[in-house]
Amino acid sequence: MAITIADVEHVALLSRLELSVGEKERYAQELSDIFGHVEELNKVDVTGVPPTAHPLPLKNVFREDVIQPSLPNAEALANAPAKEGPLFKVPQIV
Amino acid sequence: MDFEIVIGFEVHTELKTKTKVWCACANEFGGPPNSHVCPVCLGMPGSLPVLNREAFTLALKTALALQCDVPRITTFDRKNYYYPDLPKNYQISQNDKFLGTGGYLEIDLGEAGHKKIRIHNIHLEEDAGKNIHPEDKNVTYSLVDLNRAGVPLLEIVTQPDIRSKEEAAAFMTQMRNFLQYLDVSDCKMQEGSLRFELNMSLRPKGSDAFGQKVEVKNLNSMSVVLKCIDAEFDRQSDMLRNGERVMSETRLWDEVKNETRAMRSKERANDYRYFPDPDLVDVDITPEIRAAAQATIPELPLARRRRFEEQYGLPAYDASVLTASFTTANYFEKAVESHPSPKGISNWIMTEGLAWLNKQPEDTTIDDFPVKSAAIAELVKLIDTGAITGKIAKQVFPIMLETGKSPAVIVEEKGLKPVDDSALGPIIDEVLADPRNEKTIADLRGGKAAAMGALMGAVMKRSGGKANPATVTPLIRKKLGLE
Ligand SMILES: [Zn+2]
Repeated sequence: MAITIADVEHVALLSRLELSVGEKERYAQELSDIFGHVEELNKVDVTGVPPTAHPLPLKNVFREDVIQPSLPNAEALANAPAKEGPLFKVPQIV
Repeated sequence: MDFEIVIGFEVHTELKTKTKVWCACANEFGGPPNSHVCPVCLGMPGSLPVLNREAFTLALKTALALQCDVPRITTFDRKNYYYPDLPKNYQISQNDKFLGTGGYLEIDLGEAGHKKIRIHNIHLEEDAGKNIHPEDKNVTYSLVDLNRAGVPLLEIVTQPDIRSKEEAAAFMTQMRNFLQYLDVSDCKMQEGSLRFELNMSLRPKGSDAFGQKVEVKNLNSMSVVLKCIDAEFDRQSDMLRNGERVMSETRLWDEVKNETRAMRSKERANDYRYFPDPDLVDVDITPEIRAAAQATIPELPLARRRRFEEQYGLPAYDASVLTASFTTANYFEKAVESHPSPKGISNWIMTEGLAWLNKQPEDTTIDDFPVKSAAIAELVKLIDTGAITGKIAKQVFPIMLETGKSPAVIVEEKGLKPVDDSALGPIIDEVLADPRNEKTIADLRGGKAAAMGALMGAVMKRSGGKANPATVTPLIRKKLGLE
């Protein structure tokens, strides 16, 4: 399956990425290659194999409803590119 | 052309757990910004979500109480979108194997009878954080508090079964009441723990086809939802009359202009690309897990209403009004526990209690009423035992409301005890000797029974409402030689 420039632009918008013309061309090519590889996998006969999102046969992993300490505010914000007081600062949204 | 409204709701309710749904941070409204956050709810790479057992149990309880079909296996998916209040850039939700499908909420429409509002699906997901927009108009940034990110959120999606604003209002109040009975959520709309998103379309009256549906977000109270229904009806019907097509889109409520507005293209660019969340394993709802959740379902509104009629001998109307709110029904039962006079207590709650409640903001409950259940019980007891008259009680009540004092204390302080029967004699003598009452007395002697009412009124007035009507009538008759 060939990924078009329009597909790349759509995904870039969803991810809020700004791409140059060169990048769009490069990603279209690279993503097409990746899709081609997945199509190879699609040739495998999986009749009778139930779909799964996990490699391990685990189910019902629960956590009890008990409060544990949260991060100190300074630590929570330590990696933020911008902050104001105890809050994360982001480009304007409204 | 006349149009019919077609409405479905997406109900979001925050579950009442101690911790968030995927991490052990406190699930608590308020608190200093970003004080209930950890690597999991901040979406830091390498952190792993683990499902809160209590959140799952509350969600399952709700699905079962709404008569949904609950599958054996339920799974979680990632809903991908990009917004600063969602630090992972995806919301963990359910899109494939929902916790529940089908089911219904049966709503009471008064004289119009009952109606089942069917449920499309019910699923467990996580709430987002809060964006704060600085007041200063020149500022070009927003601020984010992630305390709410990861709070367990239950979404109930209905079928488009609602056909009028009245049905929408009944659905919202009764869904809130249902969730309060289940005790799964605080249901405080002001705090956002209960939210209604509206899906609305119009179609020509008599048509079976569905029109293009518009989804409206940002509706933070029931009265706003109702306002929005009016505004959308006007907007959509104008468009249809002008031969325009209504676009199927998501719109936002503008509180200032009292109308909806389209979202901007960037806000609209949603393509959620759902896929199974590889961090979360399947939940197998075994018969044991199902039975345990089923066992936590308490008495629901309809059952409680029937019990109120049977156990307390209340009229159907009283039973329906009292049980229309979980807290009001509890208040009533607590009062009856301390003084078993159900009808007397019901009367005071329905008149004074609900009159007060109607003047308060939407989230207020009878628990906020300054007159507590024990005080109402005491007041009714004072009347029942003849310690005060109903008339005095009407004077005592506003003082209770204002001061929070017990009725017995108020009666004592204000000297509102009923007049001693021995003191009644002179009062009645004065009334009978009053020349203004001559004609009334003659009427009474002449066999006009209604005249007794007028004399009684005069006695009550002279005694300051403190005479006991039961003793006044025979005394008057005796003094007039009518016995
Ligand atoms: Zn956390």
